[in-house]
Amino acid sequence: MAEAKVAPRPLSPHLQIYRWSWTMAMSVAHRITGLALYGGIALFAIWLVALASGPSAFDAVQWFFGSPLGYLILFGYTWILMHHMLGGVRHLVWDFGHGMEAAQRINMARFTLVGSVVLTLAIWVTAFLAF
Amino acid sequence: MAQFTLPKNSKYTEGKTWPKPAGASNIQEFRIYRWNPDDGANPRIDTYYIDRDDCGPMVLDALIWIKNNVDSTLVFRRSCREGICGSCAMNIMGKNTLACTLGIEDCESDSIKIYPLPHMPVLKDLVPDLTSFFAQHASIQPWLQTETAEPETEWRQTPEERSKLDGLYECILCACCTTSCPSYWWNGDRFLGPAALLQAYRWLIDSRDEATGERLDNLHDPFRLYRCHTIMNCANTCPKGLNPAKAIAEVKKMMVARAV
Repeated sequence: MAEAKVAPRPLSPHLQIYRWSWTMAMSVAHRITGLALYGGIALFAIWLVALASGPSAFDAVQWFFGSPLGYLILFGYTWILMHHMLGGVRHLVWDFGHGMEAAQRINMARFTLVGSVVLTLAIWVTAFLAF
Repeated sequence: MAQFTLPKNSKYTEGKTWPKPAGASNIQEFRIYRWNPDDGANPRIDTYYIDRDDCGPMVLDALIWIKNNVDSTLVFRRSCREGICGSCAMNIMGKNTLACTLGIEDCESDSIKIYPLPHMPVLKDLVPDLTSFFAQHASIQPWLQTETAEPETEWRQTPEERSKLDGLYECILCACCTTSCPSYWWNGDRFLGPAALLQAYRWLIDSRDEATGERLDNLHDPFRLYRCHTIMNCANTCPKGLNPAKAIAEVKKMMVARAV
């Protein structure tokens, strides 16, 4: 008897065609910012190592962090940290079973983005005014 | 590691453009995913045109109109046409829903795109293989389990106890939520997915059920339950307006409550 030949089944499209929602986008952003924080901690470690190594190393690192590129990197790190923090708080609230209704969950996801930008700007404005 | 792109045999190409209905003035375009297991070719996207003046208001009406008037080889599941059987679940305009309860008008698009439910093996055209979806549902043992002697009449439940099942018992197992979940896309072989977990909670919270401990034991697993990362696509997409994400959060809370 001849065996029926069936072509291997294709996988239906997923990420390619699925419409983005706020909660999905902020979940992905939470993952990415979480990963990026490793880089941010590395910056902090470099600064501490330089501090322990002596004045010349410390001056070099201070100079770099004070340069326009250094400011840009630190500003980005601040935003990533704030975004991940607010994302973490959002997930904590959800883990308690709160804020999961339609309007609430979308607003909380939006707040992660808006809140992180506002907090980042507030931190930098405060830093510039204070120092 | 999750594979974000489609395998080689699953990449879709531009397909055939079918003729517009003759003499129609009110035309709507559809772009529909096609795959035929018999021709060995990759999936393709065919373009169809329907005559709105000759067709019912829902997306399912349009699919039936195409099958009747344009291309009889188009394959899709459908049965009740009123949102209770769950057969016509598919991805329409990027969101999983039932073709029978979504109006053509509500798509608000010149070109309505229809794909099968995402990240599933395709049997043909818009028909996905749901074998493992139903096997996962069976694995949570979706029936009443008791140890006490059976009562003379029925198992009693107060109205308050019964009301805890609202928002859970309405699930029609259409698989919209489960196939909208990125976590299920990447770990669908081990993560139970929102539909099965909502059903699990439906029995966990049932005052008459006496297998709560065993049910929680079965879910206590890094993948079966805890691959849910509250992405909330399930709740955003459910055509019945249910909230599987909240049900899963409640299961996680029950896990904590019994551990402390």
